[in-house]
Amino acid sequence: MSGTTSDTIVEVRGLSRDFRVRDGLKVRRLTAVDRMTWSIAAGEAVGYIGANGAGKSTTIKMLAGILVPTAGDVHTCGLRPVKDRKKLARRIGVVFGQRSQLWWDLPVRESFGILAAIHSLSRARERARTDELVETLDMGDYLGTPVRQLSLGQRMRAEVAAALLHRPQLLILDEPTIGLDVLSKQRLREFLVRERAEHGTTLLLTTHDMGDVERLCDRVLVVDHGRLAYDGSLDGLGRTVGAERVLVVDLAEPCAELAVPGARHLRSEGGGLRQHLAFDPAATTAARVLAAVSEQADVLDLTIAEPAVEDVVRRIYERATTSSS
Amino acid sequence: MRVYARILAAGFRTQSRYLPAAFAGLLANATFGLLKSGILLTLVDDGGGELDGYTAGTMAAYVWLSQGLLGSVNIWSLPSSAERIKSGDIAVDFLRPADVQLASIADDVGRGLFALIPRGLPSVGVGVLLVGMAMPAQVLPYALGAVSLALGITLSHALAYLLGTAGFWLVEVRGLQVLYMGVAGLLTGLITPVWLFPGWLEAIAVATPFPAVMMYPIDVLSGRTTGTDALWLLAVQAGWLALALAAGQVATRLGRRTLEVQGG
Repeated sequence: MSGTTSDTIVEVRGLSRDFRVRDGLKVRRLTAVDRMTWSIAAGEAVGYIGANGAGKSTTIKMLAGILVPTAGDVHTCGLRPVKDRKKLARRIGVVFGQRSQLWWDLPVRESFGILAAIHSLSRARERARTDELVETLDMGDYLGTPVRQLSLGQRMRAEVAAALLHRPQLLILDEPTIGLDVLSKQRLREFLVRERAEHGTTLLLTTHDMGDVERLCDRVLVVDHGRLAYDGSLDGLGRTVGAERVLVVDLAEPCAELAVPGARHLRSEGGGLRQHLAFDPAATTAARVLAAVSEQADVLDLTIAEPAVEDVVRRIYERATTSSS
Repeated sequence: MRVYARILAAGFRTQSRYLPAAFAGLLANATFGLLKSGILLTLVDDGGGELDGYTAGTMAAYVWLSQGLLGSVNIWSLPSSAERIKSGDIAVDFLRPADVQLASIADDVGRGLFALIPRGLPSVGVGVLLVGMAMPAQVLPYALGAVSLALGITLSHALAYLLGTAGFWLVEVRGLQVLYMGVAGLLTGLITPVWLFPGWLEAIAVATPFPAVMMYPIDVLSGRTTGTDALWLLAVQAGWLALALAAGQVATRLGRRTLEVQGG
């Protein structure tokens, strides 16, 4: 994954960014991003996650060329973001969930037209791409509505469309589903999955919503206090921190609390008809736990719950905190 | 240039969404215009029908052209870019393959040009109907005047943009804006023609870009300055515009390096 090849879309090496923070009369330096090194290959979908203030947005801004690094190197699409700002702007699309790139007082359609002109799209390409995005993002009903009158869900779809109008190689989404209802989130995620499949767009996503990561990303970078705390698959993340899986069994008859070696009884429902058992997948297997349960009672049905990603990320933080203190 | 023309058109259309505000502005323009013409025409009258080359008719033309321009030139408020620098939204502008300064000025000029319709022309209409203003009978002053007007409007927004870039370094630029408002309000020739200033103040004024914003376009359009003198004024305007744009470019480049868009 390291090394600069033509297939590398983002490469950061020893990337750092300090901020001067005024605290009364004193000025102290705050390191938002601390010597980070990682890269993203073309076509990947990467979730960049971490707590508030962990350094996510700061990194994104340096990748996009709107923030100058204090130290280290960053290459995006093979370009130096600050120096090659305009060239890079033609190759990436960025959505900041909390900032709009649309013309507030004008109809949505107008914003697309202006952005197409800014990206020097031919009329034919502009029309084809706009039609495609309007259809897949279901924006037909509100193309003529001024942006300020859109609902948040409608506006976010328009923002994403605006960022994708010029078919960027890399789409950076900074908190794209913030404040969206379940249905709007779902639609946006479905669209992004489709867009990636059809155009091979590389995706880098910061989010607090683990649903985004689970549904959209095949790789996760966890950042904590400006440092990379984890880099790998989502499943691997669960394994790394030893998050527990939960086996839920429905029994034929009410039963006392099950005692199973290698598993922890969490709770019983229906007087013992349904019982929840947590186990560490690294220490034992679901089959072994189930076999032990079957020796004690008749199992009618079962489900296995995967660890919640919020929980996994919290554990990463806790681990980092205890190891650093 | 297609990009900036498109952004200018967007600014024009954006402003068209604020018609009630434009009419409120027109009302204020007309009220102050009547006050201004009352005072200045009395001065002309006291001077025996002539004051530093102004007759009642040409003074009325000055009053109503200057009032009419108020909605289109920016000498009083911070440009839209200043707010974007403060809020950090300017980051979005830097993510586009366009020049941030030119895009911002094109948007503001578009808005200014639209304001000529609901504020500029009616203001002149009020002057013609109520006071009677002397305007040239030939076509040339209008043609040169249109160019001069466009240069003046653009220059005012280029200067306002430059003022706004102070926001890259200062947390709050309103203090600076108040100072600018005072200086520009006087030296553009909004209150009285620059040519009625005492000699020393007139010398200061013409050494600044401010008369090129409003005084020169009014002189050219009203036919007070004609021929090669008018062309010279246009050249001076173009010179100031080039300087203001160049300074804005430098400020944007330096400012971009200090930009700290924090949070979100």
